[in-house]
Amino acid sequence: MMTGRRSSNSPAHGSLPGPEDIHRQVLPNGITVLGRSNFNSPSVVLSGYLTTGSLFDPVEKLGLADFASSALMRGTQKHTFDGLYAELEAVGASLGFDAGMHTTGFHGRALVEDLPLVLGLLSETMCQPVFPETEVEKLRSQLLTGLSIRNQDTSDMADLTFDEIFFRDHPYARPEDGHPETIKAIHRSDLAEYHRRCFGPRGMVIVIVGAVEPQQAVTAVQGVLGDWSNPDQAQDPGLPDFKPLTGTVRRHAPIPGKSQTDLVIGSAGPRRTDADYLAASLGNSVLGQFGLMGRVGDVVREKSGLAYYAYSSISAGIGPGAWTVSAGVNPANVDKAADLIIRELDKFVKDGVTREELADSQANFIGRLPLSLESNSGIAGALINIERYHLGLDYYQRYAGLVKAVSPEDVLQVARKFIDPNRLAIATAGV
Amino acid sequence: MSDPITKTRLSNGLTLLLKEIHTAPLISSWMWYRVGSRDEVPPRTGISHWTEHMQFKGTRQFPAAVLDKSISRDGGTWNAFTYLDWTTYYETMPADKIELALRLEADRMVNSLFEEKEVESERTVVISEREGNENEPLFRLGEAIQHAAFRVHSYHHEIIGDLADLRSMTRSDLYHHYRTFYVPNNAILTLAGDFETQNMLKRIEQMHASIPSGPTPPRLKRDEPPAPGEIRLSVEGPGETTYMQIAYHFPAAAHPDFYSLTVLDSLLAGPSNLNMFGGGGISNKTSRLYRALVDREFAVSLSGGASVTLDPYLYTFSLTLHPKRKPEEVLNALDAEIQRVQNELVSPEEVARAIKQARAMFAYGSENITNQAFWLGYAEMFATYDWFLTYLDRLAAVTPGDIQKAAQAYFQPRNRVVGIYLPVGEAGA
Repeated sequence: MMTGRRSSNSPAHGSLPGPEDIHRQVLPNGITVLGRSNFNSPSVVLSGYLTTGSLFDPVEKLGLADFASSALMRGTQKHTFDGLYAELEAVGASLGFDAGMHTTGFHGRALVEDLPLVLGLLSETMCQPVFPETEVEKLRSQLLTGLSIRNQDTSDMADLTFDEIFFRDHPYARPEDGHPETIKAIHRSDLAEYHRRCFGPRGMVIVIVGAVEPQQAVTAVQGVLGDWSNPDQAQDPGLPDFKPLTGTVRRHAPIPGKSQTDLVIGSAGPRRTDADYLAASLGNSVLGQFGLMGRVGDVVREKSGLAYYAYSSISAGIGPGAWTVSAGVNPANVDKAADLIIRELDKFVKDGVTREELADSQANFIGRLPLSLESNSGIAGALINIERYHLGLDYYQRYAGLVKAVSPEDVLQVARKFIDPNRLAIATAGV
Repeated sequence: MSDPITKTRLSNGLTLLLKEIHTAPLISSWMWYRVGSRDEVPPRTGISHWTEHMQFKGTRQFPAAVLDKSISRDGGTWNAFTYLDWTTYYETMPADKIELALRLEADRMVNSLFEEKEVESERTVVISEREGNENEPLFRLGEAIQHAAFRVHSYHHEIIGDLADLRSMTRSDLYHHYRTFYVPNNAILTLAGDFETQNMLKRIEQMHASIPSGPTPPRLKRDEPPAPGEIRLSVEGPGETTYMQIAYHFPAAAHPDFYSLTVLDSLLAGPSNLNMFGGGGISNKTSRLYRALVDREFAVSLSGGASVTLDPYLYTFSLTLHPKRKPEEVLNALDAEIQRVQNELVSPEEVARAIKQARAMFAYGSENITNQAFWLGYAEMFATYDWFLTYLDRLAAVTPGDIQKAAQAYFQPRNRVVGIYLPVGEAGA
């Protein structure tokens, strides 16, 4: 159906994706399809998201979206759980769903001759899951064990604790995988009802990358999902205003018997669509990414020998973001590491970055683009990124210019806008 | 899987493997050394891994502060890994920037400084890395199993080393290890990507040919005698979850039985992904053990896999037990499935499925130039690149009879270590 012929719109060697080789089409039912061919590979990736997620979870049933997204693969009107996986595994293909806060993602991969199979199963699991009772209970046990393991993991619990103290009443404070008591409170009927209410084609994005002509990919998607409709598909509940911290807050999650404590220190951060996002991203690179984890890595690991890892990141999503520094340290060194990190944050908001530091990170951002776009998965991720945040099909072609346009003053301004060393959330987990 | 590669050797013994790939303007370069944790005895466990860390601490030409920024500034990515049998350093760069990586590897093969203060700083970093590992129940269980499985062979300790040795090793120990094993005649340089072979060979020769060869480093070889019988052990620690690992002694990757066992692994626990890069394997939900143990709620998850090693090592099943089950009943259920595959031939359809799965996974890995360069050297560490080239064909030749024989030969209780991680609530740190 789909293989072998390269069209004149195929990407040229080493070219960055752009309007001339990305095909984008919106189906009548609201699904946006993007495709880019890669005939160097015998395989194909399909990836995307639906506009529903943990934001729709009732507080007493936290983890509902996550539970439901895992349960999609537990049986459909046409296939049992075992039957679904028999089809996939027989051909070495994969397919899965993963709920986030705002969207539920899906990702599938196959040899190109099996794309129709995976597309068909994607459509079935998304549109016609049946949530069999016995499978739901098996899945519940697995999720509960997962939560037991999470609750013992110092890194997971430091992240969770940070979200709780930083976001407080905001929905982002809640874990997407819920808590044991909320998972136990979810019935099979809740999963079915959530699916009926929240799953639909409106806002859905699907990307297909690999040894397939984009137009044929669109036709294939139209064939399996073009008739899907849900007139009652729920609207995004929206987010309340986020109230910043008024002072530094600390919380420790005790987990006995651990040799290492995880530490997360953070402040506010940009949204992905903020005009100063790139300045923040470049500033973050200098702070805690570039080379061996930037300035933070240099101070905490290289100079003090306190940690195997110490780095910074910005969450930069749809809603209010967080700018965090994370490290794993011996329990005896937590305060020392925290002091070093806070001093780096002080320096960062006082003095910003040097021209040379910024130039290094700019060169890195631009230079590494081909590597991030090498594989089908890399390209699929890039296309989802430009669609989710409305960056434009020519984004990667403009990218170098956008990066070079950021100045040290821009970085200083954005650092001061978001990071306040006197209003930090400091979370630790361990003994 | 036939791809033209160039294999040659410089006069100082450095082996080169080059593969042109022109799908993206990238080159990935890997320097492999035949040294790993199997070359260590107490009190020097962890020395190969620590030496790897010291390779990032600078030479005169590339001081530490300069070194880590140079690659990143050029848009490259890099890392290093220490394993049981080898240590490797890789860089993936835009094709026009690869010179830096080649110069770096030539330089740090012989000129790493191992400054005393950097040794001391890195001591605590490596100890911190070990402490992070110790947070994981499966690390603690795995360490105990490895120790029990190898009384004689130097595979018996974790790559990170024992705390006692991490605290006591000196700069002199590390430098001696480096000078012993980091010689061109003990190394392989592999490159894949957007270059022209003859041109690249000239550049490599210019940079590497003058490095003097050294005495061939001795490789420790203490064959593990046949297991005296089944070993059972338990590890206690914090948490609420019980884990079980069952480790069988397995042949080396170059052994002819490895292919039958690979197919058997796919049938029992799902296909193992041998690619280091290329993203994710395939699920195992229709594998025999998933159906027998997870579907029937003896376990909430299951995985299985062999390691690809120079000497015989282990095949390990890892299970997270269902909270309502006891270890003994889970082990009995697993044993029942193993007996089934020992007593009954598997179907040709199951074998064909395993081959298709392996083919798919290699196809996924082929998209990634870093992964292609990885395979050039990886295969040479325990066999030759031909192992990679002939892998799928060798798998395709496996018959149901081969699988049954392999199951009978290797999956015997007397040939295994059974380890259980028991959660006991609060435990001493």
